[in-house]
Amino acid sequence: MSGPIQSIERAAAILRLLSGRSRRLGVVEMAGQLGLPKGTVHGILRTLQSVGFVEQDRDSGKYQLGAALLHIGSSYLDANELRTRALNWADALATQSGESVRIGTLHEKQVLIVHHVFRPDDSRQALEVGSLVPVHASALGKALLAHHRYLLADLGSGPLPSYTPATITDVKRLGHELEEISGRGWASEVGDLFPGVASIAAPIEDRRGVIAGAISISGPIERLCESTVPRGELVGYVMETARTVSRELGAIPW
Amino acid sequence: MSGRYVVSIDQGTASSRCLVFDHRARLVSVAQKEHRHIYPMPGWVEHDPDEIWRNVLTVVSQALEKAKLSPTELSALGIANQRETTVLWDRRTGRPVHNAINWEDTRTDRLCQQLAEEYGQERFREKTGLPLSTYFSGPKLRWLLDHVAGVRERAEAGEVLFGTMDSWLLWNLCGRHVTDVTNASRTLLMNIHTLDWDDDLLSMIGVPRAMLPEIRPSSEIYGEAGVALAGVPVASVLGDQHAALVGQTCFHPGEVKCTYGTGSFLLLNTGDRPIASERGLLTTLGYQLGSSRPTYALEGSIAITGALVQWFRDNIGLIGSAPEIETLALTVEDNGGCYFVPAFSGLFAPHWRSDARGVIAGLTGYINKGHLARAVLEATAWQTREVVEAMHADYGGALLELRVDGGMTANNLLMQFLADVLDAPVMRPIVAETVSLGAAYAAGLAVGFWPDLDSLKRNWHKAAEWLPKLDPEVREKGYRKWKKAVARTIEWLDEDDWLAADLVSLSGTQ
Repeated sequence: MSGPIQSIERAAAILRLLSGRSRRLGVVEMAGQLGLPKGTVHGILRTLQSVGFVEQDRDSGKYQLGAALLHIGSSYLDANELRTRALNWADALATQSGESVRIGTLHEKQVLIVHHVFRPDDSRQALEVGSLVPVHASALGKALLAHHRYLLADLGSGPLPSYTPATITDVKRLGHELEEISGRGWASEVGDLFPGVASIAAPIEDRRGVIAGAISISGPIERLCESTVPRGELVGYVMETARTVSRELGAIPW
Repeated sequence: MSGRYVVSIDQGTASSRCLVFDHRARLVSVAQKEHRHIYPMPGWVEHDPDEIWRNVLTVVSQALEKAKLSPTELSALGIANQRETTVLWDRRTGRPVHNAINWEDTRTDRLCQQLAEEYGQERFREKTGLPLSTYFSGPKLRWLLDHVAGVRERAEAGEVLFGTMDSWLLWNLCGRHVTDVTNASRTLLMNIHTLDWDDDLLSMIGVPRAMLPEIRPSSEIYGEAGVALAGVPVASVLGDQHAALVGQTCFHPGEVKCTYGTGSFLLLNTGDRPIASERGLLTTLGYQLGSSRPTYALEGSIAITGALVQWFRDNIGLIGSAPEIETLALTVEDNGGCYFVPAFSGLFAPHWRSDARGVIAGLTGYINKGHLARAVLEATAWQTREVVEAMHADYGGALLELRVDGGMTANNLLMQFLADVLDAPVMRPIVAETVSLGAAYAAGLAVGFWPDLDSLKRNWHKAAEWLPKLDPEVREKGYRKWKKAVARTIEWLDEDDWLAADLVSLSGTQ
């Protein structure tokens, strides 16, 4: 595999700058902030302008994000739509596994729970829809991070918050695990967030091939794992459900 | 009991579906096929009964194929069906003599008015629990007898048979001419106290007894299926909303379910006595299992719930898909004082005002699209509260919990708001397919696949529960405002609007 393409990295940096607080910037300001020659920045801006990702204000000559880019951003699968389309299959996963089911999406470096099916044993449980869980200490978060690896950089380089002795706090170690996860197609945490509780998750793909969310089951370690390894049968259920929901969303069948 | 599975056929308004369940009520397989709606004239809606029967056969074999099942693995088959849709067929050839007239069809509007003028609404209501309305089968049947050449004479001779969709399917599956008490309770021809066709009703509507099916309980072995299901006992028949009551295991008096779709249907189990409503609700059969006494229900229907969200999507265009309404509604904290009463074709239970039309009330310069989205969602909850209050005024007692199902239960904001305005827990079961499950349960009981109602209750598991958390003062103020908004819909129609409004039948359900 070849290394990253420099001009694309630079274009991304420009877009990030424009999505920041100032929103409208001139070429000189951007060149200064990025430490790049003015000519280089100008060339990239012209290309971005031609594809509609940036627009130039006529009066001030400053640049801002373009309508085409905003459209791409807003056409991300709606979280409520995801819940609606996944409803029947999430229920089936809860019945099949006997465990509670959650669906999560990435939200500002955390995982937002958009759907929650109770464990089917009629015990007292509270609906967790709308709550946030840490991305590095949940199976949902790891399944999502594995496909949005660039977010790893946003987590910083220092140790990550620890919730139990099992939480992965080292970013580098997390990076290695994410590589394994994207290879095998499922993620897990075994007591990373709450002692004694394990989760297994798999990513959900939307019709554009973007990972739109992840679905998980959670329960006591002794039910979900053989010692500390997630049971193959349960992993199978979770992956099969994720595939079914992805198909439901129109992802290319695989 | 030989097999490990029970099959349900859900013959609905839009499509026919086949679902297979295992012993723990887990969904094993699904297949679905839509059929055509035929619109010969404005207000007329028909189905082709032959097409529906072919589709039923197709979905049954598809569902079995998907799960790699053979008929020998099936213990029983149950039927849930769209209610009131009327079919007439030739006893000898088995061919329909006309398209089926759909429940939505309003061609019998004038006939219903005439019957009401001649005999009075009360006479029908006392015996059937229903108002005279285009929705119910009796007037549709009468229309066919009057308009299809030669049919009346042949019907009197027992050569042409009547049935709702359940009877049509049973005739084709096992060659018997029967229906169940729940379907018969929607015809305006059955006396809900005797559970038999009523001579007085038959003569008022003008229907010969010889063409009517035998009325049986909702759960018993009617016969063995032929065709692809060779040998499988056909063991339940329930109208779809009644099946949902069974699927939600609302077996005790006072238990209520609501199915949220385009419109919404609340059914309250009233035990072994029919309760006459003073607030425009329908008195209907809940179900009758085998030789046990029939269970009655009060039914309240809300015409426009999911349909309002669809209208907001298609006619206003602020959202691209129905679920996005929740996203839009969540951009604001509350409704900003805005209320939306979707009296698109008048107000139904418990108001019954045909002269009402929709209103958006409380508009100020502050209101934005997020507030409108809130008002759209909240309309479903407030309408539910009105029907729940009417039910409990008729029945006594208070709502302890509401069991919900249907597409709109995916809307978390709505479900929370529903719990808030009802001041009662709202629960969604883990099997969302309550209509099909209800038919499966009734069939499974008949063949001993499930031993009793308790074993079914044990299969019911909560998938989600929303608890009320709204400040009572805020709730009651909101309800007060809703009622003020409702008051503003009334008397919108004028004399010269009535001609157009004549097409809409207002005293009915669905």
